[in-house]
Amino acid sequence: MNTAIRCSQLVMTYPGRPPIEAVRSLDLEIARGECFGLLGPNGAGKTTTIEILEGLLTPVSGEVEILGRRWGNGEDDEVRQRIGISLQETRLSEKLTIRETVTLFRSFYRSGLDPDEAIARVSLQEKAHARVGKLSGGQRQRLAVACALVGDPELMFLDEPTTGLDPQSRRQLWDIIRDFRRQGRTILLTTHYMDEAEKLCDRVAIVDHGQVIALGSPAELIARLGGDHVIELSFAEEGPVMPAEQFAELPGVLAARAENGTICLRVSQLHTVLPAVLDRVEEQSVPLSRLSTRHASLEDVFVQLTGRHLRDEGEA
Amino acid sequence: MRWSNWALGQMVLARLREFYREPEAVFWVYGFPILMTIALGVAFRENPEPQYRVDVSSGSESSSVTSTLETEKTSKGDPRYLVKTLERDEAIARLRSGKSDLFVHASGRKFTYLFVPTRPESKLARDEVNNLLQRAAGRIDPVNNTSEELNERGGRYIDFLVPGLLGMGLMGGGLWGVGFVTVDMRIRKLLKRLVATPMRKRDFLASLMVSRLIFMVPEVLVLLLFAWLAFDVTIAGSLWAVVFLILLGAFSFAGLGLLIACRAKTMEAVSGLMNLVMLPMWVLSGIFFSSERFPEFLQPFIRLLPLTALINALRAVMLDGMSLLSQWSELLTLVLWGSVSFVLALRLFRWS
Ligand SMILES: Nc1ncnc2c1ncn2[C@@H]1O[C@H](COP(=O)(O)OP(=O)(O)OP(=O)(O)O)[C@@H](O)[C@H]1O
Ligand SMILES: [Mg+2]
Repeated sequence: MNTAIRCSQLVMTYPGRPPIEAVRSLDLEIARGECFGLLGPNGAGKTTTIEILEGLLTPVSGEVEILGRRWGNGEDDEVRQRIGISLQETRLSEKLTIRETVTLFRSFYRSGLDPDEAIARVSLQEKAHARVGKLSGGQRQRLAVACALVGDPELMFLDEPTTGLDPQSRRQLWDIIRDFRRQGRTILLTTHYMDEAEKLCDRVAIVDHGQVIALGSPAELIARLGGDHVIELSFAEEGPVMPAEQFAELPGVLAARAENGTICLRVSQLHTVLPAVLDRVEEQSVPLSRLSTRHASLEDVFVQLTGRHLRDEGEA
Repeated sequence: MRWSNWALGQMVLARLREFYREPEAVFWVYGFPILMTIALGVAFRENPEPQYRVDVSSGSESSSVTSTLETEKTSKGDPRYLVKTLERDEAIARLRSGKSDLFVHASGRKFTYLFVPTRPESKLARDEVNNLLQRAAGRIDPVNNTSEELNERGGRYIDFLVPGLLGMGLMGGGLWGVGFVTVDMRIRKLLKRLVATPMRKRDFLASLMVSRLIFMVPEVLVLLLFAWLAFDVTIAGSLWAVVFLILLGAFSFAGLGLLIACRAKTMEAVSGLMNLVMLPMWVLSGIFFSSERFPEFLQPFIRLLPLTALINALRAVMLDGMSLLSQWSELLTLVLWGSVSFVLALRLFRWS
């Protein structure tokens, strides 16, 4: 039994006029020991999916198996003893201290970490006696993770653990997650930060409108794009602008698009294409204000698949 | 099992900490009964004997009236009547604006009184002044009479009122205390986070009820002590019976509070439900006057209300010194309300 999470043909519809199809036939299979990311724009259905997997929402239809068991078979408590959860938004009691909060959560589990140990894992020792109401956003997120960790789970669900945090707090959380993963345990997390998914996850599923539109390791998904470099050109603000099509026909350019006055070209062979691009700009004698190159990212994968950006407001 | 692992204990502890770390909540829960008893203290302090403001017309025939009124004293030695000598027109203006209670004019062997019939103190002043003046002029009552005041402990209104207030406090505290906390946790998604753990649901609900029982102790003590010290209200029956009734009442209303809050998603919804449930009991259960005064056909319904059962049993024990056993039907009513509510709440409870 090497599957930690399996779900198939998951469908979730919220009542409304018209009904909101939050999840439409979603399949996932997550192996033990994997750090798996659900990636998608706002409203894609990530939270709905993860809460169904956590047994907190009942899907309209579909099968869910967590650690080889199903929800609602009288084994829920057994499963809950073995998983740890952090919801997208929970306001823990502000009047309790960190230590009191973690101790409270510890009391629900038959076995688990010492509360101080869980607090140490998320590096909050110095704040152990501070009230939750006085913590920063990052510290609160780490406390939420400590509450998920304190039952010493095999499987951890983290819904947007790093949203709204500064880069340093995000990196601290990444370390906690990597640590957990290194012990051979399974993590399912959701995020809309591409870099986070790329750095942290063994595999990701890109979710849009309640469906998985791409699945694989970040490297695979990027490789599937064909070209793994991106050239970005910007023109002087008041000067003439060149249309993206002018570059699309150049050999070696796999895709070209313009957005907000910047032209993005996805290319495979940077060293051969770049001179040709510059020649084209020279021919037209249009002044360039900026030229940069970068590796293709999951963001480009998403744009390629949907024509939208991940961080745009989802229109669902 | 270590104490630190005992989920029910931890949850009760968390509730207690959240409560006493919130100074405003502490004020409202404990300050309110104190304020209420102080207000009652003012309302039910021993009535001072009334003083009346009487204006007397300025003619020479009225001067004996003035002197008769001025020599009359209250039992504390204060003048009974505050007398002014005035012209009729001016006196009427004063009467009309409530500055005096009565105007007296004497001429020949006739007293003329001017008073305002819609003001009770004005009527009283007229009757008392007339009695006084008639006796001074030689009237003798045909039949001997004496008056006695009934101020026996246990028979006073304040003795009747304290059990009612106790019941009312237990109802309000139980319903608001449990209901608000529950809905607040639901809004904060804390309930959802808790069911995501292996926490036993009945432990959670039980922790709300247990913490309610603990908060209630000082509340009740404040009221009972104040009533005892300020009004000499005592308990005719057994103190333990009263303690038991109070605990049972708190349990019953905590259960009801849970049931009311078991599905509400907003504070507005839960407040509305709360008022809907409390209103009939405020009106019918006999907090301020005996519920027997309502029509006969309502009585079976009134007796089924938990507040009626609690207040009736408290009065029976506190005023009449009855035993707990004699109140078995009230006890049964309270037990049923509490346990049925708890079980229903557990089944219907919405965690997210
Ligand atoms: N309780 C609910 N009732 C009705 N509609 C809901 C409910 N919860 C979510 N939705 C809708 O379902 C869709 C998916 O929401 P979900 O919260 O799963 O998205 P998400 O991917 O987690 O988004 P985000 O990145 O903003 O957290 C959205 O259109 C949302 O409006
Ligand atoms: Mg979400």
